Amino acid sequence: MAKKSNQQQAAAGAKASTGSVKERDARTQRKIEDLALDIVKRALAGREPVVEIPTRTKSNTIWNKKRGILEMGEGTAERPLFDLKTAKQFMQTMLHASTIQDLIAAGKTSSLRGVFYKAKHTVAGTKENTFDTQDESDPILEDLEVLLAALREELHIFAENRGSMVGNITIVDKGDEIDCRRMGSGGYAMPSIVEPDVIQFKKCEAKFVLHVEKGTVWNRFNEDRFWEKHNCILTHGAGQPPRGCRRLLQRLNQELGLPIVCVLDNDPWGHYIYSVIKQGSISLAFESTRLAIPEAKFLGIRAKDYRQCGLDEAVKIDLTDNDIKRAREIAAYPWFEGHRGWQREIDAMLANGFKMEVESLITKDISYVSETYVPERLKAKDWLE
Amino acid sequence: MQLGDGTPSEKHMETVVKERKPNPDGKRRGATAEEMSARQKEVSVSEFFVKNRHLLGFDNPRKSLLTTVKEAVDNSLDACEEAGILPDIAVIIEDLDPKRPATAKESNYRVTIVDNGPGIVRKQVENIFGRLLYGSKFHRLKMSRGQQGIGISAAGMNGLITTGKPMVIHTKPSAKQPAHHIELAMNTKTNRAEVTLDRESKDFPPERFRTLSGGTRQLSQEGVFLSPDSFVTGTSVSIELKGKYQKGRGSVDEFLELTAIANPHARVVFVPPSRITQDEADDMLPGTSSAAAERSKGEAPAQTTETGGVTVFPRGVDELPPETKEIQPHPKGIELGILLQMIKDYEASEKGTLYEFLQTRFCRVSASTASKFCSAIGVSSRAKAADIEPPQVEKLFKVFEDEKLAPPPTDCLAPIGVRQLLAGLLKGVKAEFYAASTREAAVYRGRPFQIEAAIAFGGDLPADQAARVIRFANRVPLLFQQSACSSFKAVEETPWKNYQLQQPRGSLPVGPLVVMIHMASVWVPFTSESKEAIADYDEIRKEMKLALMECGRKLGTYLRKRQKMRRESERRDVFERYIGEISKALNAITGEETRRLYEALLDQARRKTAVADQELDEDGKVRRQEEDDFDDDGVIIVQSAIAPIEQAAPVAPLQFDATVPGKGSAKPAPEVQASPAAKASKGAGPVIRTKKDLARADSESPKRARAVDDDDPKLF
Ligand SMILES: Nc1ncnc2c1ncn2[C@@H]1O[C@H](COP(=O)(O)OP(=O)(O)O)[C@@H](O)[C@H]1O
Ligand SMILES: [Mg+2]
Repeated sequence: MAKKSNQQQAAAGAKASTGSVKERDARTQRKIEDLALDIVKRALAGREPVVEIPTRTKSNTIWNKKRGILEMGEGTAERPLFDLKTAKQFMQTMLHASTIQDLIAAGKTSSLRGVFYKAKHTVAGTKENTFDTQDESDPILEDLEVLLAALREELHIFAENRGSMVGNITIVDKGDEIDCRRMGSGGYAMPSIVEPDVIQFKKCEAKFVLHVEKGTVWNRFNEDRFWEKHNCILTHGAGQPPRGCRRLLQRLNQELGLPIVCVLDNDPWGHYIYSVIKQGSISLAFESTRLAIPEAKFLGIRAKDYRQCGLDEAVKIDLTDNDIKRAREIAAYPWFEGHRGWQREIDAMLANGFKMEVESLITKDISYVSETYVPERLKAKDWLE
Repeated sequence: MQLGDGTPSEKHMETVVKERKPNPDGKRRGATAEEMSARQKEVSVSEFFVKNRHLLGFDNPRKSLLTTVKEAVDNSLDACEEAGILPDIAVIIEDLDPKRPATAKESNYRVTIVDNGPGIVRKQVENIFGRLLYGSKFHRLKMSRGQQGIGISAAGMNGLITTGKPMVIHTKPSAKQPAHHIELAMNTKTNRAEVTLDRESKDFPPERFRTLSGGTRQLSQEGVFLSPDSFVTGTSVSIELKGKYQKGRGSVDEFLELTAIANPHARVVFVPPSRITQDEADDMLPGTSSAAAERSKGEAPAQTTETGGVTVFPRGVDELPPETKEIQPHPKGIELGILLQMIKDYEASEKGTLYEFLQTRFCRVSASTASKFCSAIGVSSRAKAADIEPPQVEKLFKVFEDEKLAPPPTDCLAPIGVRQLLAGLLKGVKAEFYAASTREAAVYRGRPFQIEAAIAFGGDLPADQAARVIRFANRVPLLFQQSACSSFKAVEETPWKNYQLQQPRGSLPVGPLVVMIHMASVWVPFTSESKEAIADYDEIRKEMKLALMECGRKLGTYLRKRQKMRRESERRDVFERYIGEISKALNAITGEETRRLYEALLDQARRKTAVADQELDEDGKVRRQEEDDFDDDGVIIVQSAIAPIEQAAPVAPLQFDATVPGKGSAKPAPEVQASPAAKASKGAGPVIRTKKDLARADSESPKRARAVDDDDPKLF
């Protein structure tokens, strides 16, 4: 982990991207125009208007074993206008294409929610809304990302900030230097767009990143100055980490060579979060190259910890039928399927019949997790990969 | 005398009254045969029916009123048809006790039926109105409404018993001679009439009815009510009785409304009593006269109308039903007892040979068949009918059964006919789809009969109730005992589910449906004297089902088509809704003209959903322009009655849509499409159009303009 080369890399990235912002926008605009022109041509020629959208489903997701990430396949789905099932989505796709075009032209960015509100109105002459909820709008924007093969930031859209970071690193965010060692109790809020043109790494002493599942656990570690004592960066993603958080972790891993160590709950959801950080997710498989961290490590908590740490009976939470079903599905993921450690881990959880949250370690001692548990496991290199 | 199904004969009566009542304490009473014979005496038919009035339909005040009207109207229609006169009938009910308290369950009414029939010759009046079982129709096999000669005299008898008032008859058998005015009462002991008044009179049709109410006065002035010009000859019968006037099921109103449906050649004017028993006035029938009366105002002339409380059921067709022939019985439809009786009658009148008897008294018995019959029972063809012994008659009866014979002739039947059925239904039931079918004549027990069915669907009919079944025998509505009727069973057994209707297992279909069944026969097998239900013969029920299935298939085709149209129309609505938004978005991105895009997309949307534009022909098939030639296929579709399609979007997709002609398709200007059937209803004016007319209108009318309002500021 040579500091210098890291910094050089970061600077180079920043320069390349800032220089091409205009060009990049022009390219995106052209893509949107091409899409619209194709529909116009079809409409005027009396051919059915249809957009062909790469499918973001499990069946169109390929596990790239060599790279250790999920990738999107070649599959596409037609979205014709004259089909009751897709007519509304077709309209929504066109509306959002136009909204994005407007954003780019105005040189502004908007949140997912902002875009939703911008495109939401009643369909002329009816009482029907173009979009009823944001849940209807967000997937259309993801469709446009894959349809236009453009990144979200290229579409001038960002998500709400989610997740925090503290630690031995200084970064530059839109030109402002941010010393993550001096972030108080709240930490640096990780933005949704963390590409090199927005964020550059400046000075980093940290040797690894400790990523925890939730803010509450993160608070414990921060209060105990864990990152200081162990020279690391401390992050959380507020549950399932959003794209900004995952991308930043990936950059820390790839550009600065920092190992990513995860402390998540001992339940199928925790396992799933780990899986997403490591291999990518189905719905964002097209972004895996930018998001997945095949090297990410799962430190805990582990099924064996109930016994090994001598935890109180009260920490046990019964597995529900749904948990059991989810656990079996996860065990069958191709990247877990041939992995003896993971098979044993999931089996052990199922054998326990209960799940545990990271907070359960607090029953031992308030700072057991930060002062005993994690340091011991790190030292023993006792993790799953 | 010929005995038929369920027909009481005088002999019959004797056995009924002689039946010994079981002793309540179970012990044998000490009466001897001697003693009993002292009590045994011939009971006159009238005495029997006085005690058993319910058998004739006089069970209660309400039904008595109906039965009285029905017997008189049936007779009037029969008489007119036999005389070749288009029936013009007035039914007048006067409330004789209008000041009675509101709680009174019944009242005294005077029922008068006036017809323009041939009238009745003076010497027959007493027999017809004063004697039970006296009539012209019982002794012959001919299709008619009355059968047993019980009808009108029984009604008069019921009136006499309940009010003590005689019948009043005005009859004018000759155009040039004055009318007879006769009042008579039946002596039930002797089954003979006692005349209380007998004079000649010029008052026909009776003048006083014309000024009965505002409605009658107005209609008289218009020449629609009891105009002397139309009543050159005719009969007027008045009966006073205790009754109850109440609308709804089984009412006089329903009877007349259904009579009008089954007799589109008749014109019936109904003057109801001034005072209606209010508690039941709202028990209205779905989709029938009152509803029909409402909509008809100012519309087509062949629709039921109401003027000042007086209902006019207009004439729908101007031809009388074809004249029917009287036929001889068919050997296969005869019972042993009747065969014996026939031979006896023949002995008495002709004194001929059995060989001749067989040929002249039966249909479908040729000379060779007759000699075959004779040799089969071992008598020579010269043997006198009188010499035939009962065992030989029995043998003859068996031979009849075994011999292959041509079925009886069917020219004795006059079905209503598909055209008339449709005209009748269209007049009385407000629906969207009508279909009718007439089966070929068939035979049960040697008696020819013919089944017709018709259905009316949709429109204003209630969608969530079991179908209404309206039943007719020889054009007479059957109002009671529905579930005992063969026709009702046939409706239940018809697989309506196959025709897109709901049908709970083994019961009536549920939906906006009226099912009409008509049986025409020289002898309708009723389950009882009150002629309320058709007996359940397999042959009859089978024919009924086949007729219903023919109608059902037409309905099914139509409904499937309509469903598809509706689906497509909904689809179009969805597409049209979004096209405006899409055009605007594309315009914003590419600069292409919004209107041009909108038109192009709208054009595509309409092409994709072109089915929605199709008009349905009478088969429920898509009507094509070339299809100029067509048969009378027994279907009418009333476009204006089709429920509007709009559901999801109550507002038009885009403002300028209001100016796009033909939008929403499937429902152009309100109009009725009909096969030539409906043309029959003369003077129906422009409301009913044949396929040919429509095809022409189509080719003349400009193609649907795709124009979009250029000036619409909302979008551009
Ligand atoms: N309005 C009428 N005009 C002419 N003839 C009539 C009229 N009413 C009854 N008749 C004659 O009187 C006969 C007896 O009538 P009715 O007692 O109702 O018995 P049915 O109708 O069963 O024969 C009929 O058969 C018919 O010949
Ligand atoms: Mg009669």
